[in-house]
Amino acid sequence: MKKAFWLAGAAILALAQPASAGDTIKIGFVSTFSGPTAVIGNDMRNSFELALDHLGRKIAGKPVEVIYEDDGQKPDVGKQKTEKLIQSDKVDFIVGYIWSNVLLASLKTAVDAKTFLISANAGPSQLAGELCSPYVFSTSWQNDQTPQAVGTYMNQKGVKSVFLIGPNYAAGKDMLAGVKSTFKGQVVGEEYTVWPSQLDFSAELTKAKNSKAESIFVFYPGAAGVQFLNQYAQAGIKAQIPLYTAFTIDELSLPLQKENALGVPGAQQWVNDLPNAENKKFVEDYRKKYTGLRPTFYGAQSYDAANLINSAVVAVKGDTSKKDEMKAEMEKANFKSVRGPFKYGNNHIPIQNFYLQDVVKDADGQLALKTVATIVKDDQDRFHDKCPMKK
Amino acid sequence: MLVLIEQSLNGLQFGLLLFLLAAGLTLVFGIMDFVNLAHGSLYMMGAYFAATFVAWTNSFVLGILLALGATLLLGIALEFIALRHLYGRDHLDQVLATFGLILFFNDAVRLIWGPAGLSLPLPAWLTAPVQIVPGVFYPAYRLSIIVVALAVAAMLYLVVMRTRIGMLIRAGASNREMIGALGINIKLLFTLVFGLGAALAGLAGLMQAPILTVQIGMGENILILAFVIIVIGGIGSIRGAFMAAIFVGMIDTLGRAFLPDLLRMVLSSAAASTAAPALSSMLIYLLMAIVLVVRPEGLFPAAKR
Repeated sequence: MKKAFWLAGAAILALAQPASAGDTIKIGFVSTFSGPTAVIGNDMRNSFELALDHLGRKIAGKPVEVIYEDDGQKPDVGKQKTEKLIQSDKVDFIVGYIWSNVLLASLKTAVDAKTFLISANAGPSQLAGELCSPYVFSTSWQNDQTPQAVGTYMNQKGVKSVFLIGPNYAAGKDMLAGVKSTFKGQVVGEEYTVWPSQLDFSAELTKAKNSKAESIFVFYPGAAGVQFLNQYAQAGIKAQIPLYTAFTIDELSLPLQKENALGVPGAQQWVNDLPNAENKKFVEDYRKKYTGLRPTFYGAQSYDAANLINSAVVAVKGDTSKKDEMKAEMEKANFKSVRGPFKYGNNHIPIQNFYLQDVVKDADGQLALKTVATIVKDDQDRFHDKCPMKK
Repeated sequence: MLVLIEQSLNGLQFGLLLFLLAAGLTLVFGIMDFVNLAHGSLYMMGAYFAATFVAWTNSFVLGILLALGATLLLGIALEFIALRHLYGRDHLDQVLATFGLILFFNDAVRLIWGPAGLSLPLPAWLTAPVQIVPGVFYPAYRLSIIVVALAVAAMLYLVVMRTRIGMLIRAGASNREMIGALGINIKLLFTLVFGLGAALAGLAGLMQAPILTVQIGMGENILILAFVIIVIGGIGSIRGAFMAAIFVGMIDTLGRAFLPDLLRMVLSSAAASTAAPALSSMLIYLLMAIVLVVRPEGLFPAAKR
């Protein structure tokens, strides 16, 4: 009896929800909002909200509703949240995904439901290759591209040998493979660590030191990057073997890394000081709205994702049932990206520039990232041939 | 050879750090028969206190000492306010309540210190690597962790085995009712033991802080290892915790260091480097499973109850 009562109550509540048909644009946002990497999720949310502010919180004249879901950095949770957003919230777009393994677990749900998924960070090689889909777009990169740029830079510097260290999951493997694909010198060692639970890299650092490599390349996003730089400096290796990184030093980790990050070069498709009008507005307004915080590349990608959605929905005058037209519009990349030049390849992964970034003190006396040079221009990922969608 | 020495030191350092965490846990679990999942939160609080006090006082040593005291007081307060009401209850209730405490501490930290985490910079005299044998340089700070942890282990051994309080603690572990009947204030004893356990967790956390980042939830991953250690070593046994912690530290580090090369002899290089980290983290649980089958009480069980 009691059970029947609750069931009835639940049924009424479910019915009472407003039918979503057409009066709002619904966007689901899956990212990490709890645990050690919640700062990244926060930055993505902040930037997405800022983009909505800049759009007047309306897209094609309709109010926007964003439902934020926390994946807790776990693939199974990310998949559940994706299913919930698509099946019960019936969102028009689903955005976010920091982690390649979370995205890969969630991908099929979105593709099967023909819901547009926009990855605002993760770029596993499968997504660019055999798993590419008309319903999936990226506003970031394919994982290999950034480390490929680092490898190219190391060639330019005349580095002869490298020791690679990264976490043992989808993105870690892509990153190290990316360096190997462009670096012309010798790879003397390659170490993968348990992700995300391993926090102590003493064994790997000892091996790197004893390998007599001329350089070390490392990929550790989030707090793990802070830990790696700490331990690298404490072990005294900093004075002996120079470090090259991708995604290890950013505006979130820099305040914790401080001096350890000085002189460690990295590559990125977006840096806070890129000289275009959209970017200046983005960075300035971000720092105004969220005092004490600085936007990161994660945020820049989320900001672009909001503008990509806007371009598609405006093109169909708010009728989100016209999926083919929205897809065609998004393929044109008809919006101003904060990173400057931006267009899509056949697999919906951006073709874009990668910049060399360095750590400097900025006008406020704080450490900041600075664009030094363009390493590669209009770079297309190396998996686009494997994508069944051809142009 | 020199690499082996250096990797063994890495393993020893990691093991000793785990010992500090496991010793506190086994005191509370073995002696008070209390399952405290929030032990990892005390480890986290130790690290946050240290980062805060070192920044306030501008002195590494003073800040660390203050943080140690603060964690001790926090532990005692926690026992007094919440946990002593749970002693008579089922283990499941204790798990539930202390799991709630983990959530509470994580959100409290987020509220007080924010989500971004803190860093605890080392003073200059601890940053340079030192030469221990010709050709082997080892980070001074990791060396100091080894020294401090060994000293604490020795002190703990002396206190538990050679003092009256230690005798009461051991007696309490064997038979709680009896020691209560002898007119010992068991409540006070428990509070002290819990405080000591908290201080040990805090010490582990604050010593780990300069190596890692101080962040929300930092105690949760490492707590699993601490539980594995007390299962391997024997619940309630300090000696067991010590031996098992060194075992686990060594297996974990040496596995990570040498397994990839061993696997490369039979597998392709790419397969070996992905399989090795997974396999080396499994080794510990494999060891635990074997110990549970062969000696369900653990390798060095405390005196029979």
